[in-house]
Amino acid sequence: MGAEQTNVLQVKDLHVQVKTKDGVIPLVQEINFELKRGRVLGLVGESGCGKTVTSMSIFQLLDRKTTMIEGSIALQGRELNGLTDKEMRKIRGKDIAFIMQNPMNAFTPVFTIGHQFIETIRSHTPCSKKEATELAIETMHSVNLTNPDKLLKYYPFQLSGGMLQRVMIAIAACTHPAVIIADEPTTALDVKNQKKVLFHLDKIRSEFGSAILLISHDLGVISEMADEVAVMQNGRIVEKADVFQLFDEPQHEYTKKLLNARSLLHVDEPIIHLA
Amino acid sequence: MSLIQVNEVTHSYGSRSFFNWKDRSKKVLSDISFSIEEGACLGLLGSSGAGKSTLGKLILGLERPQNGQILFQGHDIYTADKHTRQKIRRDIQAVFQDSYSSVNPRITAERIIAEPLENYEKLTAAEQKRTIVELLERVGLSEGDLKKYPHQFSGGQLQRINIARAISIKPKFIVLDESVSSLDMVNQKLILELLNELKEDFGLSYLFITHDIKAAYTISDSLGVLEKGELVELYDSKNQFFTSEHPIVKEMRGSILAEHPRFRSIRTRVSRVSHT
Repeated sequence: MGAEQTNVLQVKDLHVQVKTKDGVIPLVQEINFELKRGRVLGLVGESGCGKTVTSMSIFQLLDRKTTMIEGSIALQGRELNGLTDKEMRKIRGKDIAFIMQNPMNAFTPVFTIGHQFIETIRSHTPCSKKEATELAIETMHSVNLTNPDKLLKYYPFQLSGGMLQRVMIAIAACTHPAVIIADEPTTALDVKNQKKVLFHLDKIRSEFGSAILLISHDLGVISEMADEVAVMQNGRIVEKADVFQLFDEPQHEYTKKLLNARSLLHVDEPIIHLA
Repeated sequence: MSLIQVNEVTHSYGSRSFFNWKDRSKKVLSDISFSIEEGACLGLLGSSGAGKSTLGKLILGLERPQNGQILFQGHDIYTADKHTRQKIRRDIQAVFQDSYSSVNPRITAERIIAEPLENYEKLTAAEQKRTIVELLERVGLSEGDLKKYPHQFSGGQLQRINIARAISIKPKFIVLDESVSSLDMVNQKLILELLNELKEDFGLSYLFITHDIKAAYTISDSLGVLEKGELVELYDSKNQFFTSEHPIVKEMRGSILAEHPRFRSIRTRVSRVSHT
């Protein structure tokens, strides 16, 4: 397999600007990165630094009337930037899956889980309702959800946040996407569920070889999951390195600051690692 | 005498209506007892739905427990006479998780902090303004922020304003309900440091409710673990948390994420595809 093919998603010179009353304001600038098959790129930075804008521009979810996206976003060699909504809709959910921060808001409250699950499958693959249901049940099993046939009849508010996030991962997984964008997938969950959700996300990665863009401000999540890390500050990537290298020898001042913020939370390292 | 003493508190939600004779209530807290000394911080850990926030509400006096008592400096906060209750209200303050919904979006930072002062202190306009500026500076903001509205602040800054409001009338005890959970790591660290400083300076006591083990460990002196409405473990020293053999505590410890990729436990599998 050539090097070209292993790059599933390539983002080159991405600039996003927003038009306001007071003129044009840049949101993110000069973003360059690529996602490789089966690899995880972590994107870290404090709130408001442009992590989510970057992921939304890959997904072409920003309002085109007010924002301008420049640069190239190539998914398996195909340019995404500038595609019409109709074409994007075929890609969203099939080639790129999105896992959002708040699972409660990501589902429509008025339809059952099953309805939304089967809709996603059937809009991307030609299959009958029965086949789709079977596939849904199978993928829900693989993320350790018990009684999936019962769960499909539930409405989103009847499940806990951790369960919903696992349903979301199951939906993302059943189309075998090339890229999964996970935007703060565990921030809204409690610690116990956090690890489970990450575990299943990783399972999907190892099974289907999906590339993952993992956005988080939690360096714990990054150190558990990432191969490579890009650090963002004020709309720019200030440092990009292998995860081990970044934790051991941070180059940029801001990265050092981030890592220092973490050190306070583990006063007694040996004790914490007894676990 | 402890500052706060919680005695065998039991609480449940759900109703028994006239037509529905059966008891359908759900017990959210059963037989909780603990105490907090002056100047100490108790970290209360538990997963979602464990009853942490309910306990916080009961201590704040927002909801009356069905059984048991909550004593503040020896006075039951629900049955004390009016005058004492008023004093207790002043001495117990709270800072919640969502900094935006804890403030009125239509009033400025100055008026947000002024509210408790107006209720409890009789200050002249000039004195009040000086106090507010001092408070803002104490929490790391400046006089220039006085006239700003909540949407002009970041989450971390707004949480500082919430803290300034809580300490404005010099309380003895603050309930911190997931106060740092929605902030990013840099801000989390700064707020925890601020809380620690304030605790030293004013001799404050905290009840720090959270599901974040690391944050609780950083700020607390003692730790309690709540699970399904029961206080399963209570440690005088927070280090006991890391040696405890209780299955729930063990599970909690197991869910702490690695501090460094060397210690990672989730990503041990290699991708099948990338190696073909």
